[in-house]
Formats: sequence, C-alpha cells, structure tokens
Amino acid sequence: MPDLLIELFSEEIPARMQAQAAEDLKKRMTDGLVEAGLTYAGAAAFSTPRRLTLAIDGLLDHSPTVREERKGPKVGAPEKAIEGFLRGAGLTMEQLEERETPKGNVYFATIEKPGRPAAEIIAEVLDTTIRNFPWPKSMRWGAGTLRWVRPLQSILCILSKDEGTEVVPFEIEGIKAGDTTKGHRFMAPAELTVRSFEDYATQLKRAFVVLNAEERAEAIWQDATNQAFALGLEVVEDKGLLREVAGLVEWPVVLLGAIDEEFLELPPEVLQTSMKEHQKFFSVKNPQTGRIERFVTVANRETADTGATILAGNQKVLSARLADAKFFWENDLRTAKSEVGMSAWVQNLGNVTFHNKLGTQAARIDRIAALAREIAPVVGADADLAEQAARVAKADLSSEMVYEFPELQGLMGRYYAEAAGLPQEVANACELHYSPLGPSDDVPSEPVSVAVALADKIDTLTGFWAIDEKPTGSKDPYALRRAALGVTRLVLENNARVGLKEIFAKGFDGADADNLLSFFHDRLKVFLRDQGIRHDVIDACIAMDGNDDLTLLVKRARALEDFMKSEDGENLLQGFKRANNILTQAEDKDGVEYSFGADEKFLEDDSEKALFAALAASEGAISSAIEAEDFAAAMGGMAALRAPVDAFFEAVQVNSDNQIVRRNRLNLLSQIRKVCTQVADLTKIEG
Amino acid sequence: MTNIAAPRSFQEIILRLQTYWASKGCAIMQPYDMEVGAGTFHPATTLRSLGSNAWAAAYVQPSRRPTDGRYGENPNRLQHYYQYQVLIKPSPPDLQELYLGSLQAIGVDMELHDIRFVEDDWESPTLGAWGLGWEVWCDGMEVSQFTYFQQVGGHDCHPVSGELTYGLERLAMYVLGVDHVMDMPFNDPQSPIPLKYGDVFKQTEEEYARWNFDVANTEVLLRHFEEAEAECAAILAQEHMDPKTGKRIIMAHPAYDQCIKASHIFNLLDARGVISVTERQAYIGRVRALAKQCADAFVLTEAGGFKGENAA
Repeated sequence: MPDLLIELFSEEIPARMQAQAAEDLKKRMTDGLVEAGLTYAGAAAFSTPRRLTLAIDGLLDHSPTVREERKGPKVGAPEKAIEGFLRGAGLTMEQLEERETPKGNVYFATIEKPGRPAAEIIAEVLDTTIRNFPWPKSMRWGAGTLRWVRPLQSILCILSKDEGTEVVPFEIEGIKAGDTTKGHRFMAPAELTVRSFEDYATQLKRAFVVLNAEERAEAIWQDATNQAFALGLEVVEDKGLLREVAGLVEWPVVLLGAIDEEFLELPPEVLQTSMKEHQKFFSVKNPQTGRIERFVTVANRETADTGATILAGNQKVLSARLADAKFFWENDLRTAKSEVGMSAWVQNLGNVTFHNKLGTQAARIDRIAALAREIAPVVGADADLAEQAARVAKADLSSEMVYEFPELQGLMGRYYAEAAGLPQEVANACELHYSPLGPSDDVPSEPVSVAVALADKIDTLTGFWAIDEKPTGSKDPYALRRAALGVTRLVLENNARVGLKEIFAKGFDGADADNLLSFFHDRLKVFLRDQGIRHDVIDACIAMDGNDDLTLLVKRARALEDFMKSEDGENLLQGFKRANNILTQAEDKDGVEYSFGADEKFLEDDSEKALFAALAASEGAISSAIEAEDFAAAMGGMAALRAPVDAFFEAVQVNSDNQIVRRNRLNLLSQIRKVCTQVADLTKIEG
Repeated sequence: MTNIAAPRSFQEIILRLQTYWASKGCAIMQPYDMEVGAGTFHPATTLRSLGSNAWAAAYVQPSRRPTDGRYGENPNRLQHYYQYQVLIKPSPPDLQELYLGSLQAIGVDMELHDIRFVEDDWESPTLGAWGLGWEVWCDGMEVSQFTYFQQVGGHDCHPVSGELTYGLERLAMYVLGVDHVMDMPFNDPQSPIPLKYGDVFKQTEEEYARWNFDVANTEVLLRHFEEAEAECAAILAQEHMDPKTGKRIIMAHPAYDQCIKASHIFNLLDARGVISVTERQAYIGRVRALAKQCADAFVLTEAGGFKGENAA
C-alpha cells in the first residue's frame, strides 16, 4: 500500500500558528480521504517556519467499489416516473430488476460505483483542504484569489509505492504539485528531489532543516541548559517562549551572550521582560545570587565565525533596549526618592481617564483610598496604612517603566515604594492589590494588601454597575467577572467577615446593591460547583439572611452539603418535604397559617408526643448552634429529628377527622418546617 | 552569494538602495513634497496600491513624527527621519528574495548574519489600511517592515501590492556600526568636507522638538485641521466633468493632499498634548474618513484602473 507525503511550502508562517496548522492539515486531509473511502494505517504532521508537512502511511491504492441498491417505481407506473428513475440512477431499462413486494412488482436498480485511484481522491481532498484552511488570519498575494497565511510557494505531493514514486497530479492557482522541495533558506537553498517521507526527512536534515518542532525545542533547551551549566548558571524556564522560538527557526543554533555589567542592577523582572518581549531571548540566572547575568538567543543558521557576528549584533540590540530600560528605571527611582515621591505620579493620573463616565484614575484612587479605610478594620488592617497604600498603589502607572512595559505594573510599584522608603506593607500592597488575577492565582493574605485589593475591585464593580455596564453573555470587556471572583476569593481565603452590601453602599454611588450581590451569588455558584458543592445546596443557603457575608454563606453551604450526603440528611429531607407539602396544601386550602405551635394536650399518638419533645429539644439546640455559627452542630440537631419525623409519618394520619387533632398536627408540621429552615431553606433542595 | 564592499556613509546606503531597486525595474520616485508620518502616505503607495494597474516604485521619504522628538539627544529617536519605501503591484513571487538582495547590496553579508521574518501585521488606522507580513530581523534587530497590502482606504486590494519599508537611519547605523545617530557619517568620511548626521540634523531636531512640543499654535492648527477636512470634501464634491476643458477630471490627488495635511496636523496637535484619549480616536476616525473618500475617488480615475464609463 502506498505512502503519501504532502508538503505545503510557503513564506514564513507565524510561529504561534504552526502547530495548530499542522494538526488541521492532518485532520482535514485524513477526514476527507476516509470519507472518500481511502483508509490508512498512520498519519503524522509537522511544521517549520516555511512548511507544513503531512505523512500518511499505508493508504489504500483505490477506494473500494461501492454497490447501492435503489427502489424504484412500480412496474406499470407512468413512463415519466420510470424515465426519471433511470436518469437518476444512470441506468437503462434493461439493467433494472423486477421484484415482488407486498405492494406488487417494483423496479429495483443496483448502482455500482467503481473505486477510484488514490491520486484522484487526494487531489480533490487537498484542493478542498487548501481552499478552506482554518487559518486564524489569511491573505491574498500577487494577482491571485487564493488565500493562505502567507504566499504559498510550492507543493510537494507524492505517493511512494513498491514500484516507485509518483507525483500526484494536482494544481491550484498555478502552483503545480511536484516531488521537490528546498532546504534551509540560506544554508542549503538548492532544490531537493524526494522519493518518500524517510528520504524527505533525511535530506532535509542534511539541508539544515529539522522537521519536527518538538525536536527543535528539545535541541534548543538541551543546548541552552548545557551551555549555561558549563558556566555554573541556569536558564530560566519559559515553555511558551521555547515553543515560539522553535517556530522561528529551521536550524536552531543556540548562542549564549553576556549582558553589559551596567545593566545587571536592574530588577530581574525588567531584564527578563525586556529580553523576552523585544528580543525573544531566554534569561540565564546565577543560582547563587538569583541575578540574571546572561541571555540565550537562538539563531537560524551556522556561520563561519561560529555565530560571533550574530551574537555581537544581538548584544548590541539588547544593550540599546536595556539602556532605555535603565534610563526609565533611574528616572523613576529619582522621582520615587524625591521629596514629592510617588505622589507626583498620582497627580499625573488626574489627566488619565479611567472611563469617561467614571472619571480619571486620580478620582478613582481617591475612592479606593476611602473605601480601603472602611474595609481595613474588617480585615484586620490598620486604616491609615490601608489608605496610604491605596493612595500609591496605582502610582506606577505614570512611571516611565510601566509606560514601556505595561505588564510590569504593580511590581514596579513595589520597587518604587520600597525606594521611597514607604512601609513594607504599603510596598507589598502596590504589587499584590491586583491579585488574584485568575482562579488559580495566589490570594494575598497581608491585611493591608487585602484591604486595598478589595477596595480596588469593589470600586470597579460598583462603578460599572452604577453606569450600567454589566457583563452580558460572553462580553465582559472590563473583566468584572474576574473582579467578583477576586473579591470572593479574597474574602473566603482570608476568612473575612464582611457584609458586602454595606461595603457596596460605600463604593461608587448609584450601584444597585441587590443586583450586584446576585451577580456575586452567580459567580459563587460557579466557583463552588467546581469544588463539588451542588447548586441547589448553595441556593438553599443564599435564601437565608446574611447572604452577603460570603464566609458565612459558604460555611453554611459546606455543612449542608455534607449533611445532605449523609443518610440522615437524605431521609430528613424526605420527611421535611412531606411535612412541608402537607402543610402547604392545608394552608392553601384553609387559607390560614398554622404557626401557633402544637398544643401538648391534644397530642394523641406516642409518635406525636416523641416528635413534639424532639422538636422542642432541637429547636433550642439548633438555634444556639446557629447563633454560634456551628453549622455542623446545627445539622446534627436536624439529624436528631430524622427518626421521630419518620416514626410520626409512619404512625399518624395528619388529616384526621377530628379537626382539633388535625389542626394540632398541622401546627406540629409547621414546627418541623420552622426548625429545619433555621439552618437553610430546604424547600430549595432538589430530590 | 558574493560579498559586497561595506558602504561608508548614510548617503551611500541610500544610493545603493536606489541603484538596486532601479536595477530590479522600479521607477525611482522622489519624496512627496508634503509633511507625512511615513513613506506609506506618499500617493505612490497609498493611491497606487489601489485599482488594477500594475505599479513598481521605490523612493526615499522624509517622515515626521513630532512626538518622537528628543532634541537630538536620543541615540535613535528623531522627529524627522527617512524611510525607504518600495511598492510593487502585483507582489512578485520572489519578493522575499528581491528584498534579501537589497540587504546584500548595502553590505549585509548573508553568510554571517541571521535574517528572520517575524510575524508582524501592519495596520494604519488613519489610512484605513492593513496587511499581513513580517518585521525583518537582522541579528535580532528590526531592519524592515514587509507587508502584503490587503486593504487600503477601506478598499480590498486586487491585485495585492508588496510593500517594503526600511527605517534608513536605524538600518544604516547597524550597517555602519554607529551607536548614536548623530555620529553617523552622512557623506564619505574621506570627503574634503566630511559631514556627520548631526552636522546636518542636530540643530533642526532641537528647533523642531521645541516647536512641536511647546510652541506650535494649537488654535491655528485646530483651524487648519478643520479647513483641510472641509477642503477635501469640497474638492471631491465637484462634478467629474470639468466645465472648462470638457474632460472628466476627478481630483483625487488634490483631495488626498488635504488628507495628508489633516493627518500631519493631527500628529502635531498630539505632540502638543492637547488631544485627550477619547478625542484621539475621533480625530483618527476623521482622517480615515478622508482617506477613504480619496480612495473612493481614485479608483474612479484612469490611474486607479477605471476603464471608462461604459466599460464593464
């Protein structure tokens, strides 16, 4: 069975798109081939900056012959109907078969679709694949209409069989498939004629092209770490950068370079960011000092001077970049250490609009500072420190360094606050008040940072709520869901006891606090569902008072979740539901509310008396447990009701003919409801 | 690939690029005689990339970016600098090779340097234009922008033009091994009167930086902006038929001049710091609207591929 090799050779494909494109090529081609009846044994796809390659082995030589039987009109049907059927089937009258059926004699046609040669099918599938390729962005070039990620230059498409290799006849927009490719753009630009995949991979390697992206990445990493190790240094791992760099070269050559002494005092994050963002360099660290002292760059070729010119060039570019960074750093430090200090930057933020309906960044900082003061005592922070921290936390947005590298916001604030001699908690808050940024990001625990982080996020949320810019569907341009989750995690993980509505009221004027709280509850449900807590359990707890105290709410929900998982819990829930149903029906029917409590003297059955006693005992126990926020104990109190409730329903008919007894029993049920719903609104629990 | 002797001056690099692209069949045009922010604004690029007519041009374009002024002190930031621009329509299949040839022509030895095409999609919000391509790296330094135009002035490009833009000072500094732009030899250092870049431009950088940042009369500029906008619309509102000559004369180029003018005034206002973040978008939108109207007009002219009122 033949093997198929396809290479789509183009001008440089963006690194970030290569791996997905190789996968798409494989999927679309193999799906198309299989659909046309060409099965295969195995397929593998590869990518380099200039080529997408697909190797399929053990492909069928021909698609199999397919027989299809089609039922036609009755014998003796109007001639037009029979003619139509023949046309559709592509047969003549003599080729039809008459068969008896329960509805009389009917014409049957057997249509045979002969198998087609693999090459013909490949050409069709390849044409469709190229024309419909799912590039994230594609373009036209020259005078043509074909779209590809960058101009497509040549196509190699061969079938290798035992008897030899044949080119699949294929042409698209003037590009004719052949059996040739090219090696490295500079090191081996000559044309190569290829017979099979093995031959292709071998020849490419001789022509300075490593076909497999993972092999390139592996080689880069190996060589980089070896070179660093030889100097007693280590390369700072960065998988994303490694993938990207492997997509920028066909023949990786690792070069280790030095950073000018004068830049080594820059914060390591600045060095790292500058080198990565602008130059795609890896940072090389001295494990003794933690300082970044060198860099690794990956060239795409070998040279006679073993990379000396390339390295010198790269070093020069880096020095120019770092000279900028150093210039910013020194200017910023000078400002931070000056008499006015970081407040000069805050003043500048008066000219920066945060949102046209929410005022400037400076106005926002005033609000956050006031709010941080309010929140401080609740999270155990010193109010003065919290306010001070809030006032400088965003100052670095005006610094030159953050203007150049926005991703360093917060971190630079910490450096500058330290340089300005501000208290350590304040400096920490500059960096940490942005946290947590995602569901897995660390949550700050230092009270001052927590207070500012909460104030920052709540100002944002109440602000956008006040101007009615809430997230809708998948649109959340101001990342408000993330902010709400951030507040939730800050509160929960610090065990903070905060009444959110009270805090919302101190945030931006005019936010609908109830609506915002229900947004929080929705986010909380998603968050807790991921932790295995059922949504109806959360609903049952949200329905209780104090639901803007998330710590309390979650404590209650966890206890209820555990209780509902126990046998007692499940049975008590059934008993509760039964009691509630009977009671609700009776109340609807009678138009009264049975909330007086049962009268001991009308209790007849022993089970009634036992339930009455149990309710009296647990009511006190549960309410004092709830008072103490000991939800496990409260659940225990409910568990104690399970047996008496079960026994009661076993022995007693609530709707007795004696109206006094009936009323008394309904009042008893009402007590069950009252006692149980102290803990959570069990009517919301499903099942 | 043969090694070519290293150039000795800024002007030699420019002359070699001119000779190289002339030898590849480009019409060597002269700079456009108006203030522009980049070589792309030259009508030889913006307008000629529209329509179906083939085109091949190369030229130096002095470019002005008022906000980049640093009083001549920054090693490579200037408010006035030069771009070298090549535009070929339709883009030839060997444009990358042609480009690499131009680097060799200015003395970049392909055997010793690491040249890379790194994804960088180009967009000009003021021209309503975008394309896909790369920034070209030489040993980690960006030396050119390489773009296949997909849309200009809101029009799809058919055929597609290939555009190359070289930042001449930066490229030359690299090739000549100079660290500060003002130290770069402008003419041959062996000349009887050797001149450095700084001899030519240090003082003007200072003068313009001061004017751009602190002195330019913003009221006058704001008025000029409005006037240019109005004039552009007025030009394009004219009948296609010229009553005097009886010919069909659509004044796409004069209208486009007003668009260029508005764009540069906007850049000056920006440097003066009188445009707020929100207003910025609005101004860019107004310039884009002009560019679009000019493009609409140009494709109705002969140079824009118009084949006559009755042609299909």
